[in-house]
Amino acid sequence: MEQLLSLAVKAVFVENLALSFFLGMCTFIAVSKKISTAIGLGISVMIVQAITVPANNLILTYLLAPGALSWAGFGDVDLTFLGLISYIGVIAALVQILEMVLDKYFPPLYNALGVFLPLITVNCAILGGSLFMVERDYDFPEALTYGVSSGFGWALAITAMAGVREKLKYSDIPEGLQGLGITFITAGLMALAFMSFSGVKL
Amino acid sequence: MAQTKRELLVDPLVDNNPITLQVLGICSALAVTSSLKVAFVMALAVTLVTAFSSMFISILRNQIPGAIRIIVQMVIIASLVIIVDQILKAYAYEISKTLSVFVGLIITNCIVMGRAEAFAMKNPPIASFIDGIGNGLGYGLILMMVGVIRELFGSGSLFGITILPTVNNGGWYVPNGLLLLPPSAFFVIGLLIWAFRTWKPEQVEEREYKIQTVEAH
Repeated sequence: MEQLLSLAVKAVFVENLALSFFLGMCTFIAVSKKISTAIGLGISVMIVQAITVPANNLILTYLLAPGALSWAGFGDVDLTFLGLISYIGVIAALVQILEMVLDKYFPPLYNALGVFLPLITVNCAILGGSLFMVERDYDFPEALTYGVSSGFGWALAITAMAGVREKLKYSDIPEGLQGLGITFITAGLMALAFMSFSGVKL
Repeated sequence: MAQTKRELLVDPLVDNNPITLQVLGICSALAVTSSLKVAFVMALAVTLVTAFSSMFISILRNQIPGAIRIIVQMVIIASLVIIVDQILKAYAYEISKTLSVFVGLIITNCIVMGRAEAFAMKNPPIASFIDGIGNGLGYGLILMMVGVIRELFGSGSLFGITILPTVNNGGWYVPNGLLLLPPSAFFVIGLLIWAFRTWKPEQVEEREYKIQTVEAH
């Protein structure tokens, strides 16, 4: 339990997907102009991340890993090279399912998220989460914790960024730095701030 | 066709650069640039994947049903990335270790998807192939520039060959450790964008709020 807790804290702050691995940067930069949309997107990323990382973990353990197919009589088959294509397939399918479920049962949430839901498929943070899970050999409880907390970390980062940018638009920025340039530098400063968590251990 | 093939190739380098203008593919641009060698391999991989995925998607563009096009594109891109990943693992294992998850993340690199969606779905295969190469090169250009700055001033070398002998090795150069850390990539790209836009003022974004100056009388 303690180990899971420390994993969660690490995933949210020290190894924040957006600010220390630069994952999901495209959406992070593009959709952080208003706090309300940023929160909506953050929550949907968190939900998708919390479902896909454990789901991909199960797929890896029971279908792809070397010897994983022994229950079906193919003990010596190693399908790990199919990893990438199955993870992205799972992500695309889950996003589609989530979209349909929300549309049917939670229309207000669906309308609030709007165009962001399908965009999540191509959000590198989601695929990145799954790939990190594979690389670090997480088991199922760890994968679940990592999914939820890394999604939360991303949501936190984009919300904070939107907060900064809402104020930033009133400031007097040099012409060439306007817009994208200053956004990058702001993100850099935020990443520096998040680095200060790196000494924290539970 | 409005653009000649040469324009398709050259345009994305500066005038319509995927990173500084279209805001695509930033994730990997930031993460893999702390050493030039890795940045070079990454740029090459992305260029190849973008070019070929654009070509294949463009060949299939009239057969793909609109509703499931994202998934079809994903499958094509993912297959190409798997090939690249396997080749890297076979011939450049060290580099493939350093790139770790970022090879896989070419799948969700917005450049590949973005060009497939914005260009390849509407244009013939050869033009799409060239457009893919052009955008890959534009991406590579920024990647290499950031890579040069970060490796030269962060560890005093280029491609692993010492240019500025560092203090630790008995030289004179005190390396700037910040440049090897992730946040520096944001600063370098932010400043590069500033430089680009000073050079090409038409790329400057409109202010949302104009600052009003009140003349003193």
